[in-house]
Amino acid sequence: MATLNVLILVCLGYVVLLFGVAFAADRMAVAGRGKWLRSPLIYTLSLSIYCTAWTFYGAVGNAARSGLEFVTIYLGPTLVMISWWWGLRKLVRVGRSQRVTSIADLLSSRYGKSNTLAVCVTILAVIGGTPYIALQLQSITLSFSIFAEADPSGLYREGSSVFWVAAGLAMFAILFGTRNLDANERHHGVVTAIAVESVVKLFALVAVGIFVVWGVAGGFGPMMERIDASEIGKWQVDAGRWTTFIFLSAAAFVCLPRMFQVMVVENDDEGHLRTAAWAFPLYLLLMSLFVVPIAVVGLDMLSEGSNPDLFVLTVPLSQGKDGLAMLSFIGGFSSATSMVIVTAMALSTMVSNHVVMPIWLNTHERVGSVPGDVRNIVLMARRISIAAIMALGYFYYSLSGGGAALASIGLVAFSGISQILPAMVGGLFWRGATRTGALAGLTVGFVLWIYTLLLPGMGAAWMPESVLLNGPFGIAWLRPQALFGIEGIDPMVHSVMWSISLNTVVFCVASLLSFPSPLERLQGAQFVNVFDHSVAPRGWTGSVAQSEDLMIMTQRILGTSPAQELFQREAELQGGRSPLPEPTPGFLARLERELSGSVGAATAHAMIGQIVGGASVSVEDLLAVADESAQLLEYSSQLEEKSAELSRTARQLRDANAKLTQISEQKDSFLSQVSHELRTPMTSIRAFSEIMRDTEGLSGEEQTRYAAIIHDEALRLTRLLDDLLDLSVLENGQVRLNLGDDTLRSVLDRSISSALAGTDQRLVVRRSKASERIPLQTDLDRLGQVFINLISNARKYCDADEPVLTISAHDVGGQLVVDFIDNGSGVPPDARSMIFEKFARVGGDKAGGAGLGLAICREIMHRLGGDITYLPGQGGAAFRVSLPLAYRQAAQ
Amino acid sequence: MTSSEGQDRTSRGARPSLFLERQSYRRRRLADSARLLPFLGGALLVLPLLWPDAESESGGVPLSSAIFYIFACWIGLILISLFFGFVARRSGVDDSHGSDAG
Repeated sequence: MATLNVLILVCLGYVVLLFGVAFAADRMAVAGRGKWLRSPLIYTLSLSIYCTAWTFYGAVGNAARSGLEFVTIYLGPTLVMISWWWGLRKLVRVGRSQRVTSIADLLSSRYGKSNTLAVCVTILAVIGGTPYIALQLQSITLSFSIFAEADPSGLYREGSSVFWVAAGLAMFAILFGTRNLDANERHHGVVTAIAVESVVKLFALVAVGIFVVWGVAGGFGPMMERIDASEIGKWQVDAGRWTTFIFLSAAAFVCLPRMFQVMVVENDDEGHLRTAAWAFPLYLLLMSLFVVPIAVVGLDMLSEGSNPDLFVLTVPLSQGKDGLAMLSFIGGFSSATSMVIVTAMALSTMVSNHVVMPIWLNTHERVGSVPGDVRNIVLMARRISIAAIMALGYFYYSLSGGGAALASIGLVAFSGISQILPAMVGGLFWRGATRTGALAGLTVGFVLWIYTLLLPGMGAAWMPESVLLNGPFGIAWLRPQALFGIEGIDPMVHSVMWSISLNTVVFCVASLLSFPSPLERLQGAQFVNVFDHSVAPRGWTGSVAQSEDLMIMTQRILGTSPAQELFQREAELQGGRSPLPEPTPGFLARLERELSGSVGAATAHAMIGQIVGGASVSVEDLLAVADESAQLLEYSSQLEEKSAELSRTARQLRDANAKLTQISEQKDSFLSQVSHELRTPMTSIRAFSEIMRDTEGLSGEEQTRYAAIIHDEALRLTRLLDDLLDLSVLENGQVRLNLGDDTLRSVLDRSISSALAGTDQRLVVRRSKASERIPLQTDLDRLGQVFINLISNARKYCDADEPVLTISAHDVGGQLVVDFIDNGSGVPPDARSMIFEKFARVGGDKAGGAGLGLAICREIMHRLGGDITYLPGQGGAAFRVSLPLAYRQAAQ
Repeated sequence: MTSSEGQDRTSRGARPSLFLERQSYRRRRLADSARLLPFLGGALLVLPLLWPDAESESGGVPLSSAIFYIFACWIGLILISLFFGFVARRSGVDDSHGSDAG
């Protein structure tokens, strides 16, 4: 018979071995060797912390009590694993892309980095986890006691052994679980140790199983007969319990903090899931393969009162196989230790990130004012948390005395932690899930779980018998195990059904009714569409030079050299010359994720918020951005308009410039024209006066002729100068109009008589005098001047044999129009644009005019508010004089 | 302009085309089968609830048969999952998006 001392020695040896494995793995990981540490096999084996001492011992106990029902606990996770393609794969991807550190961090991160939610999940996990840890301590103690009973020395004391076990486990978790801060750096030591333990427990259970089947029962066939002959030999399960437990174990498999730790946080490579998808179900199958045989043989061979939970130990012991019993003990011990270590680690991460750090941040408002290293504070918080959690487990064990059946405590813990499921699944697959919904659902589920399962299970001290039987205050439909008056359901099924379904309903309804914050909506899109974009949203807008503050803070969390490396890398990436990177949104988002790997999403968010000034993204910001772009658009359209206006102005300026140049040229040509025009008569005056002066014996007739020429030329000069003066006066607008009243007819009468007076040339003027009875109020002399000019032009230039000038007056569109049309050949088309210009003469110098007449006419008509134009296509030269009638009416 | 843009987008895979070539089609259906597997598993594992009870006239199903059935289902699921894992690794289904084109 193995003595207790040997047992303790073996235990210690085993623990030392584990320490060694963990230490070596950590060293190898640091040295960069040991690729196998990150192999799918290690990952799969590490998942086996699902199989705790509860399943190691309790499964056999459960099988001995209720047959195949135990297998549900393994079937749930199997279903989860084979649905990895749309379930776990997404969870792992989200966990990796968001650098999630725990299940509480996942929910907090999904629902807008809400710390309230994280605290709720943490509390739930601690309350659910403590009995579970107590359960492991209890199983170790029970297994010790089996050996102690057989040990004659009687040195064994239950209380102290539990204490030392708890202390040892806490020590291990602290040593290897809180070495590095960044949870995403992964705890290779712990994971490898767990993998070793999983092999040990599987080996132990299979060894006992093989011994039982082939050593005791005598082979596979006899074993099957023996099973059918036993008291559990018929297929008999409660349908409710069967389905509920499959669901519950599946839910707990993804919700348990320790499972989340190994499955998501410690995951190195998403591809490992592919292997784990078949390998882990296989592991579970092997773990459960021999459970029924061991239970059946135990029921057969052991006395009535023996604890079926310990058949794995007692069956080999009763057969005198001390070595096998020892191995089995080590297996159970392994299951318990690995579970406790990982749970403590996971819970401590949650407690330090979501409870301790926020409190610390609140008490130290400005990061810059706090001396010391945040790293040490976080690590210390984790160490203390581990110790505290282990202490809680120890006290729970001491207080409860460890009476209840192992399996039931485990299931209670399962159903408690499963309350996270609706919020988690909703968060991963439904963008409409909100923080309010998650909080409400979680609260309802949690309260119902406590009320219907936890308190009734803890005994009369916590829930009086009367409440259980009659409901609180005698309200029958509130009886904890028969809510709404529905009786007769298994208490476990009843609790799970009500808590999970009401949790889900409240979660959905509250989500539908509430409106998520902008950050929640961003994170929701990130989570649900994780396969479309694994990049975090750029939530920060760092504007001021806060890089130094950020650097200081990062150093305190990540340590000096990693932080400096990070910042240097970023600065190089940005291509700046300064050693500190600019706080661009992209950099801040990366930094936040880097930090969240150490202290959790909510804390990292809060810490960056403290420095950058809470300038995280909001819908208002998004709207502002949209607004800004609208403003930009508007601004650019304004610019466009302005530039168009500028180009218009430039064009106008160009035109004006061209006009000015043209005018200057015109002036030059005008001057040369004028001098030329003046020079011609001056030359003849000079010539004839010289002749008269120098020539002797000029006849009187000749003298008279020459004097007449000189006189004519002088007159022509005077007329020219008069015209020029007239034109310049008109052009300068200095002319004063002498307004007078008369009819068009009399003006024309006067004009014709003065134009045709003293000439021998015949010009027939045709008029329709009836239409000329139009009253006029204008400068009659100036208008007459225009008419005279036109009539005399016709007289001078009309080349018809019998020149006829037709004068007609009409009222065209509110304008008085007087047309002067002769029957000559008219003005050639190419000259028409020129005739109103100064010194423009058509057809050479025939008539001897200065070419100013029509120019003067045009100026006069412009002054009078009218115009004079050439009318083409009238069969001869045709001019149209137009005067506004409104002018006349205004005068009336 | 627009047509070339459309081609670009398709080649980048931002907007997968409606129909796929044979190999990709197989790959997608493989992913479908992986999604359906848990439902098959669930159905198989709930099936025993329809078996006659121990108190029924036929005397119920012996536990050994139940064990055979459950473990056979279990092994079947593991094998299918194993098969899918290997095929997925070979054809690189992992790289495809979650979208469901056919």
